[in-house]
Amino acid sequence: MREIVKNTKIDFMGVRYYALSFTAILMLIGLLAVVQVARGTANLGIDFAGGTAVQIKFKTPVSLHAVRTTLEEGGISGFELQELPTEGKVLISVKKSKGALGDLSKKIISLLSQKFSEGNMVVDSTTEIGPKVGSKLREDAMWAVIASMIGILIYVAFRFQVRFGVGATVATLHDVLAVLGIFYLIGKEINLLLISALLMIAGYSLTDTVVVFDRIREDMKTKFKKPAFEIVNDSINEVLSRTIITSLTVFLTAAAIFAFGGEVLHDFALAIMIGIIIGTYSSIFVASPIVLMLGKDKPVSKK
Amino acid sequence: MKKKFLWRIASVVSAAVLSIIFFLPSTQVSSSLPEWLRKYGLTLGLDLQGGVHLVYEVDTDKTIEITVERMAAGLNNTFAEKKLEAKAEKQGSDVVISPDSEQSKKIVAELFPTLTLESRSEGRAFYRINSSEVGRIKNFAVDQALETIRNRVDQFGVAEPVIHRQAANEIVIQLPGVKDTRRAIDLVGKTALLEFKILDDEAPLAAQLPGSVSAGKEESILQQFASQIPPEDEILFGRIRNPETKVETDMKAVYLVKKQTLITGDFLTEARVNIDQRYNEPYVGISFDATGAKLFEQVTANNVKKRLAIILDQNIYSAPVIQEKITGGDASITGSFTMDEAKDLAIVLRSGSLPAPLKMLQNVTVGPSLGKDSIDAGIKAGIIGALLVIGFMIFYYKMSGLIADFALVLNILCLVGALSAFRATLTLPGIAGIILAIGMAVDSNVLMFERMRDELRLGKTPRAAIDSGYDKAFWTIFDSHVTTLITAVVLFQFGTGPVKGFAVTLGWGVLINLFTALIGTKTVFDLITSKREIKRLSI
Repeated sequence: MREIVKNTKIDFMGVRYYALSFTAILMLIGLLAVVQVARGTANLGIDFAGGTAVQIKFKTPVSLHAVRTTLEEGGISGFELQELPTEGKVLISVKKSKGALGDLSKKIISLLSQKFSEGNMVVDSTTEIGPKVGSKLREDAMWAVIASMIGILIYVAFRFQVRFGVGATVATLHDVLAVLGIFYLIGKEINLLLISALLMIAGYSLTDTVVVFDRIREDMKTKFKKPAFEIVNDSINEVLSRTIITSLTVFLTAAAIFAFGGEVLHDFALAIMIGIIIGTYSSIFVASPIVLMLGKDKPVSKK
Repeated sequence: MKKKFLWRIASVVSAAVLSIIFFLPSTQVSSSLPEWLRKYGLTLGLDLQGGVHLVYEVDTDKTIEITVERMAAGLNNTFAEKKLEAKAEKQGSDVVISPDSEQSKKIVAELFPTLTLESRSEGRAFYRINSSEVGRIKNFAVDQALETIRNRVDQFGVAEPVIHRQAANEIVIQLPGVKDTRRAIDLVGKTALLEFKILDDEAPLAAQLPGSVSAGKEESILQQFASQIPPEDEILFGRIRNPETKVETDMKAVYLVKKQTLITGDFLTEARVNIDQRYNEPYVGISFDATGAKLFEQVTANNVKKRLAIILDQNIYSAPVIQEKITGGDASITGSFTMDEAKDLAIVLRSGSLPAPLKMLQNVTVGPSLGKDSIDAGIKAGIIGALLVIGFMIFYYKMSGLIADFALVLNILCLVGALSAFRATLTLPGIAGIILAIGMAVDSNVLMFERMRDELRLGKTPRAAIDSGYDKAFWTIFDSHVTTLITAVVLFQFGTGPVKGFAVTLGWGVLINLFTALIGTKTVFDLITSKREIKRLSI
């Protein structure tokens, strides 16, 4: 039998107050990110902000500087340039662009093809989103998150107890906020694809939390004489090897997407990798302490 | 016991076989399959195979304005016929008649019963189209736009386009696999309102106007000459092309034309691409129907030596001098076209103009090369990810790990099969969803194996350890899957675009996981332990 960890007796709940303060910081950063997204000041993707994005592949690489001056001389303002991880690819985005959709992307493409010759470039993608659509997509995504949180709360409260439901919901919310906050801090783009990554993280974290809860529920039945504090600690230790192995395998698949999945999925995979670490952390240090602290039916020993 | 066991093997095998059958149409053997089967299979999303996703808003308010304008013109004709001193005018969405009289009221009621009198003041009457009629006109305009776009797309030649209405006045158009995306967008979105008007070269202003102006400066020309434009005239612009390279120059030609539209594209019966023998240049030949031909003859007869402007969507394409009366109803539109442009112009003219201008709300275009790059990368990442997990499971759980890997492969197979059977569209986030389903499949097995190890540590026999390990892991797996399924369903319900694609694969992945983990793996374990009592479990 290969074992990563053996019969651990780690006192997870003993450090719960340190953990909870760390959690609070993560959630605050996340809330800040939410506010910035709502105000439209965060680095929003074209799909949320509305605007125009054109991705171009140059067969012989050109300098960003040359692209910038070409566009500026052509009278285009307020654009951002980004070199993609793949060589020779440039993403030009104009957020909240004014005027009729379609004209701007046409102008960008014709300016560049005049300067760098048409045969040298391939238009990889064009995305144009009207302001109405952008805010609708943002709203839809927000409702999707809220609705799934409510669904989780109800199911877990029904299958376990209300305090477990609260723990699971807070932990899940924590994970979504934390990853959003980290993405905001490192200046990554917040777009629809990140939202699907966040939702997947929520799902993963939830699975992880339910596994821990399941063991706590079982141990409460079999070890009813023990204080709740120890039961929670025991349960987490018992499932620790499973937690590590599952996180590791999912992390491996996300890492494979990150390394080989292509430019479109690059940030998506990064979010999932961060999310797996945070999701695992939250089941142990966010969800479980909440269940412990909301429990009045069992004595909680003070250590 | 024995019977139940056989039933489980049968269900695993039939699930695998069915999955393969449904997936077959997506492979190269598709053409040799029976008809009923060929409609199944995985469809690749626009992000994977390249293509265009467009959302347009039909400017239905404009349709109402056009209708009101036509009504006013109709009323003026009737007033003239009946020698009534009255004038109808469009004001916003109202028809204003002055001077107001009982007679004019009667004519309105006869001619346009849908016009209702809103108010009368100072000898003027204000009429408006009643609200149910407004609704009908708007609805009809969207339907008509939809039909016209379908027509154009069909003639352009796109395999499996998706064109449908969304909300009250939006049209969604998906054109998968289109190579020349820019051309397709232009073709779909063009209003294609063809008009013939006469240039007013006799007005003193015509001589003052510059011949051309740099593009982008059109507004300033309009402002500069605003006070001098005769009331029956307007200034229009036309593109200027380099006749050699066909590239649009950054200058626009300036024309003074009479506002009155003499003929429109409504009278066309045919539009085709011809080649001018002298310059070897494509142009579009058009033919009018009987009414149109008569009109055209009249117009050309009355305006010999004047210039006739051929206008498409407010842009003058050409303005040839009328040499003599043209009979027969044939005309041609020239303008230094490329072959593709001439073809597209013929298509839009044939399928008719849109009843109202379209406003682009959304355009997501993925070029074919990026799509191919993405799917290649996605598959590569999927295979590497799966191999890493498979390798790790064998390394960590040995023989049992191999069984878990079997469940994993079964899982991927069934997932692809289910998506094919329901003709789901696979998108990039969808591939990510599949890779994550792999993660969850592994988790189910890890949960069971860890439980079995616990039981073995307690000194149970392999057989007993397997059974109680399964029983104890069951509810954990069930709960964690149901919670994930709830998320997937909610995402599907509320999500749009990529979120939805992810939710579909995640949801199916979770459902199939329950099957492969709880029935697939267990069956293999039972198969091994039923033959002989094993002493040690390789886990």
